[in-house]
Amino acid sequence: MARQLSRRQFVVYSLAATTLTVAAPLGCDGSTAQGAEEPADGDRRASDVLVTGTDAEMLVLEVTPANKVVVRLPRVEVGQGVTTAVAMMIAEELDARLADVDIPLADARSEGNQFTGGSSSVSSLYGPARQLAATARAKLVTAAARRWHVPARTLRTRDTRVFAPDGRSATFGSLTRSAARITRPTVPTRPKPASKHRVIGRPTTRIDARDIITGKATYTGDLTVAGAKPTVVARPPTLGGKVVSVDSRAARALPGVHEVVRIDGGVAVVADTFHHAFQARDALRIKWAPGPLANLSDSGIRSRLRAAVPKLQNPPPGSAQTEAEFEFAFVSHAPMEVLTAVADVRAGRAEIWFSSQTPTSAREDIASAIGLPVSKVRIHVVRGGGSFGRRLNHDAALEAALISKKARRPVKLMWSRADDIRHGRMRPASQHRIRASHDRGRVVAFAHAMSSVSESSGKQGLSAQGGVRAAVRAPAAAPLPSDSGLYNFGRLSGDSGSVDLPIPLGAWRSVDSGTVRTAQEIVVDEIARGLGKDPVAFRRTTLRGKAVKAVLDKVASAGKWGRTMPAGHAQGVAVHEEYDSAVACLVEIDAVDPKNPRVTKVVMAADVGTAVNPRGLQAQLMGTAVDGISTILRAGLHIDRGAVRESSFADFHYARQRHAPQHFEAHILPSDRDPGGAGELGVPAAAGAVANAYARATGTKPRRFPLNF
Amino acid sequence: MPSHSFTLNGKRVTVEAPADMPLLWVLRDLLDVTGPKYGCGVGACRACTSHLDGDEIQPCVVPVADCAGREVTTIEGLADGDRLHPVQQAWLDCDVAQCGFCQPGQIMATAALLKKTPRPTDADIDRIENVCRCGTYSRIREAIERAAAGR
Repeated sequence: MARQLSRRQFVVYSLAATTLTVAAPLGCDGSTAQGAEEPADGDRRASDVLVTGTDAEMLVLEVTPANKVVVRLPRVEVGQGVTTAVAMMIAEELDARLADVDIPLADARSEGNQFTGGSSSVSSLYGPARQLAATARAKLVTAAARRWHVPARTLRTRDTRVFAPDGRSATFGSLTRSAARITRPTVPTRPKPASKHRVIGRPTTRIDARDIITGKATYTGDLTVAGAKPTVVARPPTLGGKVVSVDSRAARALPGVHEVVRIDGGVAVVADTFHHAFQARDALRIKWAPGPLANLSDSGIRSRLRAAVPKLQNPPPGSAQTEAEFEFAFVSHAPMEVLTAVADVRAGRAEIWFSSQTPTSAREDIASAIGLPVSKVRIHVVRGGGSFGRRLNHDAALEAALISKKARRPVKLMWSRADDIRHGRMRPASQHRIRASHDRGRVVAFAHAMSSVSESSGKQGLSAQGGVRAAVRAPAAAPLPSDSGLYNFGRLSGDSGSVDLPIPLGAWRSVDSGTVRTAQEIVVDEIARGLGKDPVAFRRTTLRGKAVKAVLDKVASAGKWGRTMPAGHAQGVAVHEEYDSAVACLVEIDAVDPKNPRVTKVVMAADVGTAVNPRGLQAQLMGTAVDGISTILRAGLHIDRGAVRESSFADFHYARQRHAPQHFEAHILPSDRDPGGAGELGVPAAAGAVANAYARATGTKPRRFPLNF
Repeated sequence: MPSHSFTLNGKRVTVEAPADMPLLWVLRDLLDVTGPKYGCGVGACRACTSHLDGDEIQPCVVPVADCAGREVTTIEGLADGDRLHPVQQAWLDCDVAQCGFCQPGQIMATAALLKKTPRPTDADIDRIENVCRCGTYSRIREAIERAAAGR
C-alpha cells in the first residue's frame, strides 16, 4: 500500500451502457483529486472494470450517437468558467470539436466531491477529466480499427471523428456503440504531454457566451416548473427579528394571491406573479420582535473587535517598529442574480432547483428539514448569476422547501435585492494589528494579530439555517500570519480572536486572505517607505518564492513601475501567493480628489501553473481587480441597531463602469506545472495595490476600509 | 383587469395586467420573456435594461400601461434572426460575459447608447450605470469601442 503513486494517474471505469460511457472517480477532498488516485499499472487494467448504474462520486463521459460528448459535471457554473475549462480538457484529449462537448451540471449526489469552492475546481478535475477523455478516445480508435480491419495505431482523431490513412472517417457518434464493448484498447490511454496540447492553453471564448448574449442562458428564476408560483418573503427590519403577529387579511384579499404562510424568517406570499407577490407582501401587517443585535451598531461591534485582537508578541530587543491597525467593514456578496430557488415538496418526495456550490450537503439539510429521506430529495443544480462564495450556503433553497411543504404547492422563491443585502450573508468585519520589527535595514520579526466577527451558532440566528458544514468548507485557504511567510521577515507570529454574533456570514471570494494579506501588503509598503526603499525593489529582495518574484517583475516592467505621475496620481503594487499560484498587481490611481479616487489602470500577472483557458483566467483576474477596487474604496455594509443600512446597489457601492480602470491587462506566465487555483487568487493583490496606490497618491496611511464609506 | 397591447420584439402582444404592474414582471411572468433580469426592482442595477421605442428603459420601474401602443425590445429581439446585432457580436468577440446575468442589460444599454452616440467617448461609456458584479467592465469598454468602430 505504501507504493509511490504518480499524481498523473487516475483510474477510469467503464459503465455498462449501450453507448460509450466512462467514468473517473473524484476525490472527496475539495482541495485535491488525490482521493482519485489508484494504481493504474500491473494486472488490473482500470478501464476493464465495469461499474453499473450510478454516477455517484464520478465524473462521467458519454459519447452519444448524435456525436455529442456529454460530461455531467459535479460542479456549478457561476461565471468562473469551469464548464468551458472542463470542455477544453475533454476536447483536448478526445480530439473533439469544442462545440460537440456538452457540460450539463450534475444533480446533487449522495457522496463524492461535488464541492465548488476554494478555487479547487480546475486543479481537482484536471487529472480525472483528461484521463477520462483519453480513455474514451482509445476505445473509439480501437473500435474504428476493428471496423476497418486496420491497425489502431495508424488511425488519427480530429474534430470528433476518427480518420484512417486511406481517407475514410467515422464520427465518434457512429462508433460509440461498438466502442462501448471495447475492454482493452489497443492504443495508449495516457493523456497527451503538454507539448501536444492544442486546446488546453489556447485563449478560448466561453462555451455559453452565445447563449448569454442572446438572453437564452437560463438561471433558476427563468425556469418553468409546472405550478411553481412566484414567492417572496416579508422579512424583519432587523437581523434575526421574529414575527410576533401577522394580519394577512388585506394581503389575502388582493388579486392573484394564492397563499400566505408563516415561516421562521418571516411571512411568505405565493402569488401569480412577482408583482402580485410583492404587493401582497407589502399589504401584510406584521408586528416584529427585534432581533438579537437590536442594541448593536458598527461602533459597538468595532470596539468589541478591537478588544478581541490578541496581544502581539514582544518585538526583538533593540529593533525599531512599523505598526499599523486596520479595519475592514462587512461586505455583501451581492451576486447579480439574487438567491432564487424552485421547490416542489410533496408527501413522499421533493424536487428543488437552485444554484449550489455544495449540493450534497444542501440535499441532506433540506431532507432533514422537510422530514424526508435523502433518497427522496432531488436537487437540480442550476447555473448561477455570480456567487463569490454566496452559494456555498443554501438558505434560500431550504426556505423554499419549507414554504412549499407548508403551502402544499410548488413555489419559485426569490429573495429581493433588499432581502439579499439586508439579511446576509456577508464577509465578516475584521480588525488587524500588525507590527514589523526592523534592525539595521532588515525586517527581523513580523507579528499580525487579528479578530473578526464569527457567526454564533444557536437557533435564534436566521442563519442557523443553510450553513456550510465543516466537512465541505473550503480548505483553509488563507496563509495565516503564522505561516512560514511570503517574505523573509525573520520571526513570524500571529494569532486571531473572534467576536461571536448571531449575524449571517459567509466565505467571500478569497476568504480570510482578502483582509489578512491585504493588510500585510499595505504594511510591506510602509516598511519599505520607512527604510527608504522602493516598494518593488524591497519586495524583490525580501520575497521568498521564485514564482511570486517573477509575477512581480512582470507587472513592474509591463506596468512601467516608477514612471512619473502627475500630482495626486500614483502607482501601487502588491503580491499574493495561494492555491499553488502566484499573482502580482500594479495599479495607477487618480486621487486628486481623495474622496472620489479612480483607479485608471490595472496590470496583473499570474503564475497558476498550466492555464487551461488563459482568456478565462484573465477574466477571473479582471473580476478580482474590481473586487479589490470596490472593497478598498467604496463597497461595504453598515450595521445600525441590528440592521443592515444598505438595501440595493444604490447604496451598496460596488464599482460601476466609472470606477473601473480604463485600461486593464493581465499577463499569464508560462508554466508546465499542473494547474493551481485561480478564481480567488487576485483579490488580496488587487486590494493591496489599490490601497498602496492611494497611500502614495495622497500621502496618507489608509487604515479603514472601504475608505469612502 | 385592463388589457394592454404593445409590440414586443416585432410581434403584437396583448396582456391583461394591472396598469401599475412593472413591465419586467409582465415580460417575465406573463409573457415568459426572461432575457431581462431582476436585479434590484428599483432601477439601480439595470440588469433588466431593454428598449422602449428604441430608448433605454428599466422595465422594473416602467408600468405596463406606459408601453401601450409602443415598441418594446428585449435582448431576445435585438438580433436579426441568427444574425447577431453588432453589439452582441462585439460582446462575443471580446468574450465579455462571466456569469452573464447582467449582460443582456449591458448589451441593451450599449445598443441604445450607440444609436444616439455612434462614437462614444470614455466619459460617455463611464456614464453607463449598469452594475456587473463579476467586474467585466474592461471587456465591456473594449466591446463598446469595437462595436462603435464597426469592426
